[in-house]
Amino acid sequence: MNRQSQSAVMFLLGAALLHAGSTDLYLRYVKEGLRPLLLASGVVLIAAALATVWYERRRARAAATEAHAHPEPRISWLLLLPLLALILVAPPALGSYSALRSGTALQKPYVYGALPAADPAPLSVIDYASRAAYGHGRSLHGRTVRVTGFLALDHSGAPYLVRMALNCCAADAQPVKIALTGELPPVLRPDAWLEVTGTYTPRMTHDPVNNGPIPYLKVTAARPVPVPHDPYDESWNN
Amino acid sequence: MAITEDAPPGAEAGPAGEPGGPGSRRLSSPLVLTLILLLAVLAQSPIRGLLGTPLMQSWMTVFVAVTVQALPFLVLGVLLSAAIAVFVPPAFFARALPRRPALAVPVAGIAGAVLPGCECASVPVAGALVRRGVTPAAALAFLLSAPAINPIVLTATAVAFPGRPEMVLARFLASLLVACAMGWLWQRLGRTDWLRPPAHGAHEGATKGEAFWNSVRHDTVHAGGFLVLGAMAAATLKAATPADWLRTAAGNPVFSVLALAVLAVLLSICSEADAFVAASLTQFSLTAKLVFLVVGPMIDLKLFAMQAGTFGRTFALRFAPATFALAITGAVVTGTVLL
Repeated sequence: MNRQSQSAVMFLLGAALLHAGSTDLYLRYVKEGLRPLLLASGVVLIAAALATVWYERRRARAAATEAHAHPEPRISWLLLLPLLALILVAPPALGSYSALRSGTALQKPYVYGALPAADPAPLSVIDYASRAAYGHGRSLHGRTVRVTGFLALDHSGAPYLVRMALNCCAADAQPVKIALTGELPPVLRPDAWLEVTGTYTPRMTHDPVNNGPIPYLKVTAARPVPVPHDPYDESWNN
Repeated sequence: MAITEDAPPGAEAGPAGEPGGPGSRRLSSPLVLTLILLLAVLAQSPIRGLLGTPLMQSWMTVFVAVTVQALPFLVLGVLLSAAIAVFVPPAFFARALPRRPALAVPVAGIAGAVLPGCECASVPVAGALVRRGVTPAAALAFLLSAPAINPIVLTATAVAFPGRPEMVLARFLASLLVACAMGWLWQRLGRTDWLRPPAHGAHEGATKGEAFWNSVRHDTVHAGGFLVLGAMAAATLKAATPADWLRTAAGNPVFSVLALAVLAVLLSICSEADAFVAASLTQFSLTAKLVFLVVGPMIDLKLFAMQAGTFGRTFALRFAPATFALAITGAVVTGTVLL
């Protein structure tokens, strides 16, 4: 790859990073806090591309017969792969396939905050699951809760409501699962996002992958919702 | 090399999988580039159809995620290394580091604490240090310690293991210990001809500005290519590793240490996030988790590819296994004493 092509690839890569960082696209792959760094590195890549073109032109004008033959690394062609993947395919955030392959990452919380006053109380998947699994639902009794996540169906067809928890990028994302029972919609499609309203039930099961606890939620109503702004739960970051 | 054999899924990711075949000598690379981009745009829908399976989709998501996450840190490291190569005179390092290499190693190891970021940034910086005349033993100690002992990573470790400050201390001490041990080992046994001589012309230029941007360009496309290779390997293993072998390994203390060491290499997680993953491996002992935290930032698939790119394959094939073995030993010793 000669220097003109290198600068073209750097320019496109920088533009792709700027595009991903200025829309919500980057949230499918990395945490929200990385955004300033993504935008800055996009700008640096574009600047490096422009500088390369400028110095090349100046050099071509100054002396046409400079030693221009030294080989440039072939490995740089590989940079086209993430570029094409990001621009043409833009793969979706991790979904039910990854969620069923890894065990629930639920951990014992240190404190249970007060439930939100609203009725039904809006809770995250992690929040409901840890209150139900480790607090024996004490903080949930007599309350209706509302939880948002995507659907995953295991091989026997049992439905789970899942949210992937993320620390840095999708490579370290781990699922937290709630098993659903009660009044479910007649047709369940994996990866569909649902807003589920329901109540606590003491029933529990265990994840076949890592034996982690999966509490149940007794559903009273469920409605499809669009994919949220950030498909991952990043509350573990702070 | 094992890494290139893991690459085939990438060949399906686009027609660009074959980097310039032998017959392309006569084609100019801008032409090839235009053709590839044009073909990819034209063949969009068949490519998407091919990649529609859940397995391929999650492979691509992880691949793109690892690359996108690492690129900003790579760019940061590349800028720093270009600045070192162009604006810092070699005399500075001669004055800043103790003359005796045996002393320069721990000083460089501790200096790793000032490079905030993850491991992708430290490889080009260490490369620039070697080119700038720093003794390789000290530069390697810096390479290994920087991603593990900087304040951001240590804070993340403290957050991931609340109520266990000894974990942070153990990670700091074990990483520093292993980095210095590797430096001293290189000083005794290492040979300069294992290191690839720096690419000719890549870091030169008529003016300082030209030299700076020349170095940025060269390091970005070069190390970036290896980063992509590593990301493909990591995504393949993440998609292919069965999760239940971890549960079987957790029961045996020796197996559990080895299993988490191998997992750290395979997963290639950014060192700022690995503490959270370690904390979620609840079946494992604290010492095994410490092994995961010490091995990961020093050697993983992505790092191996980048080290092979910067210092040469001869070097990486010797350096990586030695680092792996020493990192496990250092972490187990520290874990036995402290945890």
